Amino acid sequence: MSEPAPQVVPPADNQQDEAPQGGQRFSVREIFRSDHPALVTILAIFAAVVIGSLLIVVSDEPTRAAASYFTAAPMDTLSAAWHAVSGAYVALFQGSILNPSSLSSGSLTTILGPISETIVSATPLILAGLSVTLAFRAGLFNIGAQGQILVAAIFAGYVGFSWHLPVVLHVIVAIIAGVVGGAIWAGIAGVLKAKTGAHEVITTIMLNYVALGLIQFLLSVHGFQAKPYTQAIATPVDGTARYPHLLGDSLRANTSFLIAIAATIGVAWLLRRSTFGFRVRAVGANQDAARTAGISISRVYIGVMLLVGALAGLAGSAQVLGTQPQVTADIDAGIGFDAITVALLGRGSASGTFWAGMLFGALRAGSVQLLASTSTPADLVQVLQALIVLFIAAPGLVRLIFRLRATDGGDSAVLAKGWNG
Amino acid sequence: MSAQTTDEELVVHLKKVQTGPSPKRRVGVGVALLLVGVFSALVLATTGSRRTATFGFNTGGALHIPDVTFPQAPFCVTVGVLIAVAGAYHAARGFTPRVLRAVGSVAGVLFLLSFLAWAGTGGRTVQLTSLLQQGLFLAAPLVLGAMGGILCERSGVINVAIEGQMLAGAFAGALLGTVGGLAAGIVGAVIVGGLMGLLLAVFAIKFLVNQVILGVVLNVLALGLTGFLFDAIMANDSNGTNNPGFFGPVKIPLLGDIPVVGPVIFNQNYIVYAMYVIVLVIDVALLRTRWGLRTRAVGEHPQAADTVGINVLRLRYQNVVMGGCVAGLAGALLTIGSVGAFNKNITSGQGFIALAAVIFGRWTPRGALGAALLFGFAGALQSVLSFLNTPLQINASLLGMLPYLVTIFAVAGLVGRVRAPAADGEPYVKGSS
Repeated sequence: MSEPAPQVVPPADNQQDEAPQGGQRFSVREIFRSDHPALVTILAIFAAVVIGSLLIVVSDEPTRAAASYFTAAPMDTLSAAWHAVSGAYVALFQGSILNPSSLSSGSLTTILGPISETIVSATPLILAGLSVTLAFRAGLFNIGAQGQILVAAIFAGYVGFSWHLPVVLHVIVAIIAGVVGGAIWAGIAGVLKAKTGAHEVITTIMLNYVALGLIQFLLSVHGFQAKPYTQAIATPVDGTARYPHLLGDSLRANTSFLIAIAATIGVAWLLRRSTFGFRVRAVGANQDAARTAGISISRVYIGVMLLVGALAGLAGSAQVLGTQPQVTADIDAGIGFDAITVALLGRGSASGTFWAGMLFGALRAGSVQLLASTSTPADLVQVLQALIVLFIAAPGLVRLIFRLRATDGGDSAVLAKGWNG
Repeated sequence: MSAQTTDEELVVHLKKVQTGPSPKRRVGVGVALLLVGVFSALVLATTGSRRTATFGFNTGGALHIPDVTFPQAPFCVTVGVLIAVAGAYHAARGFTPRVLRAVGSVAGVLFLLSFLAWAGTGGRTVQLTSLLQQGLFLAAPLVLGAMGGILCERSGVINVAIEGQMLAGAFAGALLGTVGGLAAGIVGAVIVGGLMGLLLAVFAIKFLVNQVILGVVLNVLALGLTGFLFDAIMANDSNGTNNPGFFGPVKIPLLGDIPVVGPVIFNQNYIVYAMYVIVLVIDVALLRTRWGLRTRAVGEHPQAADTVGINVLRLRYQNVVMGGCVAGLAGALLTIGSVGAFNKNITSGQGFIALAAVIFGRWTPRGALGAALLFGFAGALQSVLSFLNTPLQINASLLGMLPYLVTIFAVAGLVGRVRAPAADGEPYVKGSS
């Protein structure tokens, strides 16, 4: 990947921070000299899009057909390739942000549809991403968001369909139940880590499978399973226990998005301003130093894991009380694992995680349109996500590709520890 | 601890340290064993629905072994008492760690037999040989995946990407196996696994990316890429691209006729035979050869290794790529080694289980082998039990949780604070410290 020249990317609006030095001798070179995270992020996304385009071209049937007579009519190949690539990215855009053809119809619902879908996909990603981010900051690696989401969905879903409470109260109680469920599940890993030193990577992975077994078991139990007892689906959640719609009843976006925003602010506050957040960061930065300074490592581990589980629990309740108001074995929808990439893209900050969740949510929403209107497989989105994070994790590579000059000490902060951390 | 120390108290103190776990943990483990024994003697012995259990031993060997029928309750009581006595002894006096491991393994096997005897009282025969055979078959990908992890991690590069390497290997095995025959499938799986390993190596060693993060991302990349290519290439033309066939079991002439052991170990497919060799080679090489010594040195203390002239980075590159190759072969087992077709996410988390086996087995080939076998047999047990009329109907999903719960308990109680190779996950930059 050495072709794209620097001048292709104009990230001017992200360079406000660098403005002062531009006063003396402003040049394109100066802009690209920095290791500004925003610059690296944008270049990483660009590089991922370029590689994604290559994938689309290679896998596109008409392009391959046209390539067989490339020497005779090279423009055919190029136009077929352009058609495939532009078609895919246009579909992603239309599915996630705006479909221009809806403008002519004029109804607000159809115009806002894609945005609504983006919000729906982004909300659980943001919440679970915050969960993984918080764990990272304490030096813990939470692979268990999947299990926490599943258990939260069991708790919230059960309260949602079997308790019959008044309107506002019901949804609140159901959310709390989900939060408690998630906290219990992550808390187990936290207690084991604190008390016995059991490595959280193993315990959270194992707890994922246990949660999956639990949900499969419950979905075969009468009373949890829905009435005809033919499908592994739970009874739908009561209307009173669902998140109210955000953009009108015909669009799926719901108020769990507001909770995601609140959680982002909460986690940012926690990490930056609170005493507990300071301890978390201290333990994450250097366990031994933190212990020497009198911080109880085991208490921090347990506390963090409870919070981590609570956040994943919110993601689970957003799923079961909003997006798909019915407990199924795949209610997690891969969010638990995508949350890890979201957190990595967010680089350990709450607001970064929020925007990373929005981006991945948009990609997810767009992938539906990709599947519907093009022949490009929807898994392209997953490849893009992985490539973006890969490039962002390796600023050195991005610099190499785009021929940027290195500045000292600008590399990404350590987010995850190794096995001995 | 210098040589001139004559202080006797210090010597006594050193001996104490070597006796192993704290009294609290010792009593805890002892009581746990005791409870398992009591469970077998009281619960399993009294709830069996008939008086006898039958174990079968045959899967078509030349020698016919008759089924063994025996009274179930006395058997469960005997086993329970044995385990309980061992547990009580450990709580009171304590075994040395080495003996405890042996006792624990024997107790585990005995308890399993006791459980099977209980499950087999429903009137159907418990086919032990096929249980073991299937267990080994299910364990094989985990064993190979774990070996890939060990090769990588002993030289100091964390390999969370086993899952992705396996998935890529499974895909390449199916695709190339269809296009160029099964042998090409194997070679392709190994090469593509190795390429995934190379990707891990370059990003971890050259670009100094945090290796845990990197592993997760590479897994997502492999999942996305194989899913993308599956839809783009295989989905429309599955006969021409995803129909490699598979290696059937090949019986080794004489060894395969040994009762019980023969059909279990010597009637498997070629990849499983390759697995035996790989495990043996890695175990011997890691502990007895110059390469092994260097690998361990680089994994524990790269600066020291560098000082004595070992090329740290080159060794890491080699080992990580080799690890990827082995994990790719593990992936081939899932496609051309068993079902003969690729499917999206066919690994379904087995790479992570292999990783757990690495950690569970304390980064040793033998330990990881044992852990992977445990997972494999637990999986086989689950499917065998669903055929039996157990006295109490156990839900299959709940049974499926068992291996994972066992792992959690084992990691929390028996293994305790595992210690990875000291430099595992630490990038090495020459002259940095």
